[in-house]
Amino acid sequence: MPALHDYLIVAAILFAIGAVGVLTRRNAIVIFMSIELMLNAVNLTFVAFSRYLGNIDGQIFVLFVMTVAACEAAVGLALMIAFYKNRESIDVEKMNLLKW
Amino acid sequence: MFDNVWLIPLFPLLGFLINGLCGRVIREERVIGAIGSLAVFGSFVLSAATLGNLLSLPAGERVHNVTLFTWISSGTFRADAAFLIDPLSCVMLMVITGVGFLIHLYSIGYMHGEEGFFRFFAYLNLFTFAMLILVMGNNLLIMFVGWEGVGLCSYLLIGYYYQKKSACDAGKKAFIMNRVGDFGFLLGIFTLFWYLGQSHGIWTIQFTELARHADILPTGGVVTIITLFLFLGATGKSAQIPLLTWLPDAMEGPTPVSALIHAATMVTAGVYMIARMNFLFVRAPETMLTVALVGCATALFAATIGTAQNDIKRVLAYSTVSQLGYMFLAMGIGAFSAGIFHLVTHAFFKACLFLGSGAVIHSMHHALHHALSQADPQDMRNMGGLKSHMPRTYWTFFIATVAIAGIPPFAGFFSKDEILWRAFANPLHGNLNYLLWGCGALAALLTAFYMFRLLFMTFHGDCRITPEAKAHLRESPAIIVFPLIVLAFLSAIGGFIGMPRLFGVANLFEEFLEPVFSRSAEYIKVGHALELHNPLLEWEMMGASVGVAVIGIAIAFSMYVQSKTLPERFVAAFPLLYRVVFNKWYLDEIYDLLIVNPCKATARFLWKGFDVVVVDGVVNGAATLLMGASRMLKNTQTGYVHNYALSMAIGVVVIVACYIFR
Repeated sequence: MPALHDYLIVAAILFAIGAVGVLTRRNAIVIFMSIELMLNAVNLTFVAFSRYLGNIDGQIFVLFVMTVAACEAAVGLALMIAFYKNRESIDVEKMNLLKW
Repeated sequence: MFDNVWLIPLFPLLGFLINGLCGRVIREERVIGAIGSLAVFGSFVLSAATLGNLLSLPAGERVHNVTLFTWISSGTFRADAAFLIDPLSCVMLMVITGVGFLIHLYSIGYMHGEEGFFRFFAYLNLFTFAMLILVMGNNLLIMFVGWEGVGLCSYLLIGYYYQKKSACDAGKKAFIMNRVGDFGFLLGIFTLFWYLGQSHGIWTIQFTELARHADILPTGGVVTIITLFLFLGATGKSAQIPLLTWLPDAMEGPTPVSALIHAATMVTAGVYMIARMNFLFVRAPETMLTVALVGCATALFAATIGTAQNDIKRVLAYSTVSQLGYMFLAMGIGAFSAGIFHLVTHAFFKACLFLGSGAVIHSMHHALHHALSQADPQDMRNMGGLKSHMPRTYWTFFIATVAIAGIPPFAGFFSKDEILWRAFANPLHGNLNYLLWGCGALAALLTAFYMFRLLFMTFHGDCRITPEAKAHLRESPAIIVFPLIVLAFLSAIGGFIGMPRLFGVANLFEEFLEPVFSRSAEYIKVGHALELHNPLLEWEMMGASVGVAVIGIAIAFSMYVQSKTLPERFVAAFPLLYRVVFNKWYLDEIYDLLIVNPCKATARFLWKGFDVVVVDGVVNGAATLLMGASRMLKNTQTGYVHNYALSMAIGVVVIVACYIFR
């Protein structure tokens, strides 16, 4: 049975991978997936702490986070498609219409 | 007894509000005219009742302050919205509402069919309201409110034909020149208030209070400065040298306006103000001399210009300036009631003359219009022989002309002769008396000359317009003729209220006004040699003043009736003199050169030099600076989500690091 800190380390690694992905990648889909990774890293810490503290609140929170993440994925993918229809690309560097 | 006097100015104000706000909706000229005229008639009835009340009191109790409410109260300064009812203001009330009503009546006929008929009546009522406030106010501040109000209405009415550039320019000229005078008036008020408060602890601007404390004022010194400032205000409003050139230009307004504002009432405000502040002026001998000399010079100066003008209204305008000069002469020699008397008689005959000229212009305009002629309906050279076409206008005009020329027993004779006699006999100005009298008499001669020149050129001789236009010449309708008849009647008999004591009768007018001026009269008597009393000399002087008038008429008769070529020969003989007089002594040009153009140049410099370079420079510089800074800072706003996210991440790391390693 792994200890609490093992879960936290895994979560931190996942979160760091996600953050680096968001900051470095230009493909919107990959950035999206990276965000999902960060969210799931947070979920993992929620569940780990929930088990450790014997409190169910954290697990309920995870359900909320997953719901929001699903909504976000739906909206985000819709945006991607709309953008792709216009630019034939989903490169975030090209999303610069509002830039001076 | 006098609790209801506030209704007197209220009626014209209501008339103004009704016509001004609803006139466009009412549209019916008769209704608008009736509202405007009845408002003034209501004031007239109330004024007459007030006069009756005042007369029923003993002479010593004829000064009443009627306070409505406290207007301003700040520290030691206090100004009430209050009215002063005394013989002087009562006389002015009668003139303003009486003559004003007749002119309102006349305007219904004269302005018939004009665009903005309701606007005209609204302005006229507003003017009456302001003028009533001016004469009724019991302190300098209320007076100043009326003073500014009449100036505004004068501007609005001169510029009544606002599509015409010359009318707009004339309005602006009148307003700006008046502003110069008003500035002096204000300085006078401030100085008086400050001086009395600082050195005597009397903080007041109320006339009766000021008069009560007049004895503590010194003679000359600061009082001279105060009165000179006040006099500057009076010269602006009453078109005296140096601020006289606006009045002839003001003839751009409709003729009833010229009659009401620029002859009978508003321009006399300066005279009224000096009479009201008489206790102050008698304590400043230098100012009195200035007033007398300026009045005298203006009377003579304007009369000379009047002899050479061809525009019928302009002749009358210069005549007004000249007659106002007489009133100031009277003020300057301490003959206050004589000056006010001339103000009253002048209101009668000059209003009659202006309205008569209006009737002539009206008729000429229609006749020329029918004949499709482009000739100027105001130019006397186009008139002549109108006597047979407009007999009633002619006879009223004739009576008023005789009255202004100073032929007994018409009104102008009594008032003008009294001023001339007092100028000769008064003890104030030493040997300058002869000069003052001489100039006055010469001006009287010129007055008789130019007035009869006007009469002869307009009504006598041959008609100089085309026969087809002549066929359309008509006598004016009854509503125009009726005021003329009333005013002519007043010009004929108005003088009897102020007959000289020499005739063995009481001078009712002077006795009525005596309570207002008695203390000043005593002051003059104490300080100076006794007034000249010589009945024989007075008879002689009276004869002289009638004589000069007759001479003036005779010259006019010989030049414009007997020998038609004489004027041309005269002009040919003295071309320079004629040109100078015809061009009003080049006064406008001199003012342009000395004042207007330097002002314009300064304004241009301030615009091009200061405003464009300095003010705009500062404003634009600040904007440019900000823009440059923004241009540099905008580089941080890359617009890439990456960069923002990165900076957020770095921020979080820094905050967490601080938290951990602090």
